[in-house]
Amino acid sequence: VTELVDTTNGLARRVPDGALIAIPPDYAGVAMAATRAVVRRGARGLRLLAVPTSGLQADLLIGAGCVASLEAAAMTLGEHGAAPCFVRAQRAGTLAIKDATCPAIHAGLQAAEKGVPFMPLRGLIGTDVLRHRTDWTVIDNPFAAGDSIVVLPALRPDRALFHAAMADREGNVWIGRRRELITMAHAAEASLVTVERLVDRPLFDDPALAAGTLPALFVEAVAVAPRGAWPIGFEDLYPTDDGHIAAYARAAATPEGFARYLAEHVLDADAA
Amino acid sequence: MADPRLLIVTLARLLDGCRTVAVGALSPIPGSAALLARALSGGRLHVSVLGSRRHSDFSDGGRELFDRAGQGRIDAFFLGGGEIDGAGNINMVGTGGYPRSEVRFPGTFGAAFMAFAVPRVILFREEHTPRVLVPRVAFVSVPGTSPPGVWRRGGITALVTGCCVFGFDPARARFELRSVHPDETVASVRAATGFDFDVPALVPTTEPPGAAEIALLDGPVADAIAEVYPRFAGAVFEPTGTP
Repeated sequence: VTELVDTTNGLARRVPDGALIAIPPDYAGVAMAATRAVVRRGARGLRLLAVPTSGLQADLLIGAGCVASLEAAAMTLGEHGAAPCFVRAQRAGTLAIKDATCPAIHAGLQAAEKGVPFMPLRGLIGTDVLRHRTDWTVIDNPFAAGDSIVVLPALRPDRALFHAAMADREGNVWIGRRRELITMAHAAEASLVTVERLVDRPLFDDPALAAGTLPALFVEAVAVAPRGAWPIGFEDLYPTDDGHIAAYARAAATPEGFARYLAEHVLDADAA
Repeated sequence: MADPRLLIVTLARLLDGCRTVAVGALSPIPGSAALLARALSGGRLHVSVLGSRRHSDFSDGGRELFDRAGQGRIDAFFLGGGEIDGAGNINMVGTGGYPRSEVRFPGTFGAAFMAFAVPRVILFREEHTPRVLVPRVAFVSVPGTSPPGVWRRGGITALVTGCCVFGFDPARARFELRSVHPDETVASVRAATGFDFDVPALVPTTEPPGAAEIALLDGPVADAIAEVYPRFAGAVFEPTGTP
């Protein structure tokens, strides 16, 4: 049964230290309020899986010392440049990185959602991405001679963490067109979700909404967090707060500046 | 700094004959090129611009772009990179060691797949310096060519920079200078390029945008790209239409 928790702090307590946590790209509903709560609770040793890229969210968690490893196809603050804490941590060797390519992450999650051990993927042969991935391998196509193909192990996150527009009181979550959230949630053992609002009418009562609904079966807990993706934008509801992200990029350029940002915007704020 | 309109028009011409083109993240100039090519095709070219609501038609999540490419439904794709070498290898990860890189780039994104699945890969990097165009990349996110027996539908066909257009010959794994932008010469391009490349007897100047192309750029293309890249559109175009 999905639990409706009161606060993002309550949701953050369900992110276990050391867990493999799947997080969405900036355009698909980033649970930033919950991420700040994860930092406040002092999470340690998280293994982040960006599906398939991340930016501010992973950078904040890395800078705050919550992250042991990161698998991603890319890390960037977009037009605000490089993700500064990520760049520092990889250079210092304090962050284990698994460089991937976008469809490899999607394919690994698809294997997990089907309950099969691996998934083949074209491409990659001859790249240093593959060479450095000791967990990936190349096999002969069992159905055609002389055809090599990469196989990737299933990616089974302990938790998926994301933000969505609405949930009903049974814990069904409406994700609309953002189908990558469905794949993430299917693949993960359970999902932790923040939503803009709760609705009284069950989502499955409306066929137009049902098609874009993640069933409560996959959802461990939901917390209401209005503007829960801020400073990242969310669908049509609010745009990315470019001024804030630019200020983050400037602050996080040094460890001291990042510590000030953390004190001002994360440790003190959003106690809800 | 090259004229962005020249770059857009040059990239658009490289899409000639395509039925479908997809444009990835952080790509205002390739995005504008795809939208211009669509306008020039009378709407026959199918364009998907990542990040756009009105000019992309994906409804199955982030994987759909790659699934379409895997099936052969995407004819052309643009790639850039932190380093590009003379054999067409692309580095999107970093330099100065791995996994601890002295200079770290964002990452490979989907390139290690797309460059195999998409028949026509067009490289675009505005910065044309020996720092970017290197003799040998430090990390291979995308190999310029693949040996026989490795599944690959096509691959790199051209490289457009702020200075020139190179064609790419996969059989020889070499670039050949195709044209130089106005105010550039073979010598200036050679001086700014860290790798060796072929130079034909006659190297024309890159053809400037025509009146019809400029009209489309300042009209429907400006309107369309502004949805995803408002600041870029405001800086580059002189919109004539309604926003």
